[in-house]
Amino acid sequence: MSTMTRLAKVLRRTTLQAVPTVIGIVILNFLLLQLAPGDAADVLAGESGSATMETVAALRARFGLDQPVLVQLIAYLDNLAHFSLGFSPRYNLPVSDIIAQRLPGTVILMLTALALALAFGITLGTVMATYAGRWPDRLISVGITLFYSIPGFWIGLMLILLFSVKLGWLPSGGSGTIGTTVSGFALVIDRARYMVLPALSLALFYIAIYSRLTRAAMLDAQTQDYVRTAAAKGLSPFAITFGHVLRNALLPVTTVAGMHLGGLLGGAVVVETVYSWPGLGRLAFEAVMSRDFSVLLGILLLSSLLVIIANVTVDLVQAWLDPRIETR
Amino acid sequence: MLLTRRNLSKTLLFGTITAAAGHARTSQAAEPRRGGTLNLVIQPEPPILVSLTHTAGPTTRVSPKITEGLLTFDLDFRPRPQLATDWQVSDDGLRYTFALRRGVKWHDGRDFTSADVAYSISLLKQHHPRGRGTLSSVREVETPDAHTATIALDKPAPYLLAALTASESPIVPRHVYEGSDPLNNPNGRAPIGTGPFVFKEWQQGSHIILERNPTYWDPGKPYLDRIVVRFIADANARAVALETGEIHLAPDTPVPLGQIEALKSNPALLIETRGYDYQPIVYRLEFNLANPYFAKREVRAAVAHAIDRDAITRVVFYGWGRNAPSAISPALKQFHNPDIPRHDFDPKKAEALLDAAGYPRGPDGIRFKVFHDYMPYSEAYQQLGAYTRQALANIGIGVTLRAQDVPTWFKRTYTNRDFDFMSNGMSNSFDPTVGVQRLYWSKNFKPGVPFSNGSGYSNPEVDRLLEAAAVESDPARRRELFKAFQVIVATDLPDVNLVTGANLTIANRKVRDHTTTIDGPSANFADVWLEA
Repeated sequence: MSTMTRLAKVLRRTTLQAVPTVIGIVILNFLLLQLAPGDAADVLAGESGSATMETVAALRARFGLDQPVLVQLIAYLDNLAHFSLGFSPRYNLPVSDIIAQRLPGTVILMLTALALALAFGITLGTVMATYAGRWPDRLISVGITLFYSIPGFWIGLMLILLFSVKLGWLPSGGSGTIGTTVSGFALVIDRARYMVLPALSLALFYIAIYSRLTRAAMLDAQTQDYVRTAAAKGLSPFAITFGHVLRNALLPVTTVAGMHLGGLLGGAVVVETVYSWPGLGRLAFEAVMSRDFSVLLGILLLSSLLVIIANVTVDLVQAWLDPRIETR
Repeated sequence: MLLTRRNLSKTLLFGTITAAAGHARTSQAAEPRRGGTLNLVIQPEPPILVSLTHTAGPTTRVSPKITEGLLTFDLDFRPRPQLATDWQVSDDGLRYTFALRRGVKWHDGRDFTSADVAYSISLLKQHHPRGRGTLSSVREVETPDAHTATIALDKPAPYLLAALTASESPIVPRHVYEGSDPLNNPNGRAPIGTGPFVFKEWQQGSHIILERNPTYWDPGKPYLDRIVVRFIADANARAVALETGEIHLAPDTPVPLGQIEALKSNPALLIETRGYDYQPIVYRLEFNLANPYFAKREVRAAVAHAIDRDAITRVVFYGWGRNAPSAISPALKQFHNPDIPRHDFDPKKAEALLDAAGYPRGPDGIRFKVFHDYMPYSEAYQQLGAYTRQALANIGIGVTLRAQDVPTWFKRTYTNRDFDFMSNGMSNSFDPTVGVQRLYWSKNFKPGVPFSNGSGYSNPEVDRLLEAAAVESDPARRRELFKAFQVIVATDLPDVNLVTGANLTIANRKVRDHTTTIDGPSANFADVWLEA
């Protein structure tokens, strides 16, 4: 079986599995959110400070909250069937518009953080495995234990204190200079300056995980017969490490990295808050606090799609990395 | 028969109105400088940018920069012209006539006329959360010519003028709203107004940009080129942005009060406590009068005696506040009654009252146990709850604090009424009829409505006094009605009023003339300027 047909088979199977998963997620999310006490009308009425019976009732009617739960669910599914995520009366905008405004920010942040985490994690893991038990291994171990155990918001604040308040090198928050007219390369540099600290705060935890994982998997792979064979063939240590040990050690790392994509979205809430980053995580948090469930359901649906896509990608990458992995 | 403006001032008890149309400058003598971008932070992000159908705090901070009102009020609560240049009230208090500013244009180039005023008042009466109440007696708005508008009332509304600020009663363009549903009108997200600043962009989750209005009716103003309104969700991040100078102005207590001392040591920053008397907040304990313990006046009095307001000001508010035992905040000077039955801090007396009420200490030292639901708005409320628990433990009442998020708190307290007693902070608003009546009026005991009469308090005499004060056009008599009302409430104790104030602005010293009106951060900012 050629590589292409193998990959196509994996793709078809995972896509077929994804459809019922998404439908299940939507219905489950919808029903779970019904359990939260209070609704959007309560929040808006509370914000305005001086509501009356009539205003609260009018708000509820406008949000469709006066309907039975089942009617609301069917209306929501009907919207989805027409490829609409619904309308947020709070923002007075279609949910898809609201999410579209925030999605790029979060995706860029997540991917940058993931790329940073993988790059640093695998590099550090390789160094640790190569010098296992010697001082570089010990030193890096101490460092990543710190990354692993310190909460992201605290690291974020400390980075801000150091680089923004003390040194004044980097901005403390936001996603770009507001109202700037620069373009091209200058714009990229401007955005990158705002990206460094949040991406790093988000990545540190994952750097710790990936480096430990890479180290363990590489040590495991080093004892395998094919490594001894490679050494017997007379390959250079460099070729053995990268061509045989690391390639096989990457399998567990890719699996875990795929699973982390969902976790990154969760961590993004904290980092986006600390750095005032206009992303999806903040939006989700605000949607919970304001009980704006149309927005929240949209984000949850999108996140579940994201996780499914990530899983499919991981399956494909693994099928490519290790031809022995077959569709069951 | 019309009153002169001088007599009108007596009617309103705002003090003497000076004839000068200009703004009262603060003592800062420096000459304003043109130019610069003001970075303002507000939190949380407003859902809408015109305070026409929605009155969330952040909305009322942004809206007046773009959309103006008929009047503005100086720091002493005296009315000043904005879109109205002159105003007169008839003897019977039923007709308010406004001369409107000439030559004013909307940001889209159309002329501002009396038709816009009439249309805005009718929109506010129908759709503004408070406007339904404050403007309920408006019969019609007459527009004899393009620059005169007369509000005709069915019954007197002595608080009407105070309600005509930009943040409370914005004047919106009729040609934009006519024939549309005002709740869904796109103007809410990209407003057109007459104000000193023109809306440019709103990037959700990040910022709003307002640009200088080059054709503003007040020549030479505004001084600023641009205002960037930023949303910074995290209090620590706000503190950092103030320290680094990325933010110039941060109203509404942007950082926990405990951190103010640290920021004060920064020579670039100053703390401004003025500008919050248009919506003075009173922090209070409110009892559920349906609770078997708190149904007894002795128990409520015992709680009142167990609370030390000085300790609350010191511990919870870090000294930023003042005692407010009356139902009307001392910030509303003309209505506040300091001479009420007092329940001073006296734990012994509190214990005696509880003994007399039939709740002796049990073998474990506890008389009875109750739950306390603090309003989950900020750290201060949590600390207020913690203080309450400790203070009541001293007199043998076991208090369990319940933490929850805001919607859950609303649902539990105001809708399900599944609470024993709560702590909250209520705006007294610019007038007791608007801000205080709702909390004690028996007809406003409406489960399901946030910030209504939460205790379930009902006293026919209080109802009578409040209803009479709402339509009393003689200021002296009105004041007496409110003073009598405060005495009864302090006797009945449906709630324990604690402290007021504790709201402040942190400003970079480069920003000048940022607090010149009673509603400080809600001013139009035409006068604000930045030092070089």
